[in-house]
Amino acid sequence: MKRKQWFILLAMMLSLTTVLGACSSGDKGDGKTYIPVISKGFQHQFWQAVKSGAEKAAKEFDVNITFEGPETESQVDKQIEMLQTALDKKPSAIAFAALDSKAALPLLEKAKANNIPVIGFDSGVDSDIPVATAATDNVKAAALAADKMAEIIGGSGEVALIVHDQTSRTGIDRRDGFKNQIESKYPDIKIVDIQYGGGDQLKSTDLAKAIMQAHPNLKGFFGANEGSAIGVVNAVNELKKNGQITIIGYDSGKQQTDAVRSGTMAGAITQDPIGIGYWSVKAAVMAIKGEAVDKNIDTGFHWYDKNNIDSDEIKPLLYD
Amino acid sequence: MKGTTIVEKQIVQTHQKKKAAAGSGAKQKILAFASLIVLIVVFSLSSSNFFVFDNLVGIMLSTAVIGVLALGSTFVIITGGIDLSVGTVMTFSSVMAGVIINFWHVSLPLGVIGGILAGALCGLTSGLMVAKMKIPPFIATLAMMMITKGLSLVISGTKPIYFNDYPNFAKISMGKLIPGIPNAILIFLGLGVIASIILTKTLIGRYTFALGSNEEATRLSGVNTVRWKIVIYTMTGVFSGIAGILMASRLNSAQPALGSGYELDAIAAVVIGGTSLSGGAGSILGTVIGALIMSVLTNGLRILSVAPEWQTVIVGFVIILAVYADILRRRKR
Repeated sequence: MKRKQWFILLAMMLSLTTVLGACSSGDKGDGKTYIPVISKGFQHQFWQAVKSGAEKAAKEFDVNITFEGPETESQVDKQIEMLQTALDKKPSAIAFAALDSKAALPLLEKAKANNIPVIGFDSGVDSDIPVATAATDNVKAAALAADKMAEIIGGSGEVALIVHDQTSRTGIDRRDGFKNQIESKYPDIKIVDIQYGGGDQLKSTDLAKAIMQAHPNLKGFFGANEGSAIGVVNAVNELKKNGQITIIGYDSGKQQTDAVRSGTMAGAITQDPIGIGYWSVKAAVMAIKGEAVDKNIDTGFHWYDKNNIDSDEIKPLLYD
Repeated sequence: MKGTTIVEKQIVQTHQKKKAAAGSGAKQKILAFASLIVLIVVFSLSSSNFFVFDNLVGIMLSTAVIGVLALGSTFVIITGGIDLSVGTVMTFSSVMAGVIINFWHVSLPLGVIGGILAGALCGLTSGLMVAKMKIPPFIATLAMMMITKGLSLVISGTKPIYFNDYPNFAKISMGKLIPGIPNAILIFLGLGVIASIILTKTLIGRYTFALGSNEEATRLSGVNTVRWKIVIYTMTGVFSGIAGILMASRLNSAQPALGSGYELDAIAAVVIGGTSLSGGAGSILGTVIGALIMSVLTNGLRILSVAPEWQTVIVGFVIILAVYADILRRRKR
């Protein structure tokens, strides 16, 4: 009896691994160039858009890619493991969006020693190892958000920020980009609070509500990523302050674009996630062929609001 | 005690423990309630924006989801078990409701029921693993946490599912049967009353305490402990399912990536409310107060603009204080 149970268990495990093995596509084996793309995540719609851009380039240049990333943007250790595994597969090049570029440095040096070109994407790596970096200038983009905020609220009043976190590069850049622009250019605007909601919509909603309670005269609210921005929209809706508070968001996603269309959100900054993914793979292919690549590929950012949301320029940049 | 059998001894012990538990539970409730009042008074004095109707409603609303998870967790924790999967089972339920309503276009009520049933099914599976397969609750529910976390992403295609085509769905949480008070709060309080009745007035409740006090004695006295454990874990799954519906309704979307870490907030609320992690003692009122203490604390600290990194530190200390106070009182006996 005991032995029988063992056999059943063993058989179950064997079949499970076989099924999973069959599901996963082969990374290599058909002789094509292989480029692992290691992102900062895969669950957010933003990363799914980056992924589709990377896949577009993979198809165009006939290379194999894999796309993976840790669950949250604080899992630096998991990302390093992924980078390690990717390097062990001896890829032709590697595209990497560093959560913490210093932590990844030893592995990047190893890549360089093995002549594997590294392409940075989404945010820069503080080193000269990456042959190119495809990213949005988040500081400039957040400064544009600050300018728009000042314009809409009339150059004075209280504003607050909800940011996804205070340790990631994008979190720091967007917060400081917005904050420094307000402080240097608009002395009559006061930033009364900056809080961090981890990009969690529910937590960001409650956070934003508490801030609105604490500052009844608040005129503007900046949500520095999709989850934060939607949290602010929910909070304004729940407290019925529509029209009294100017909301500026970041990135897109259905709830955010709906809020822009309905007027609850004044507008938002969009990056070009598909472009980021596309360029990360394209630059890798160019580097493999030994072609010259621009060190900094600025994938750009745009302001969108009710008026231009359906324009030809903006529409392809937004994801649902 | 000479001459008595082991069984009798254990049953006697169970009774003694139970009595002690009831007494200290009441005291802990009073203490927890007092801390809640103190917190509210302190925050009200520190900021004129705290004790305002809208903010109080906001606090209650932010308690609802974690609170319902904590209600369910109370039962397993009293049995001496633990359920680490409540947060991700909640997410799984909301995704299932989203799939049934938005992808299969089955009616809204059936979607809600389906979501809750999905939660029940997860609880049932955990219960079977714990009671039948004898896998320790920590491991069984840890596995369940990972499975539901992954499945939520797989089933939803890693995309949020929106309920925009079904405006009535948002009303489950945000509609107002009583003017000014969102339904989520009423549902949370209503479930609190139901949970309290189940725990104190029914057979399930009695066996919940018995399992936590002395499982072996309970089994020897003829109770089918396997069956009751499965029932209790399934019930916890139902609560997670309801929490999933509340969350999806408030966000008007099922967010497949949410939910991790919520189980720890729920466990913290249960423990602050005086339920012992070693089982056998606890109360629903305590859990409700524990959940309120957590959200009053976070809300108040935010209103005072305390730096977010310090907010977390302070909440950590509050948990230590609450549990240590409980231990001190137990030791006195």
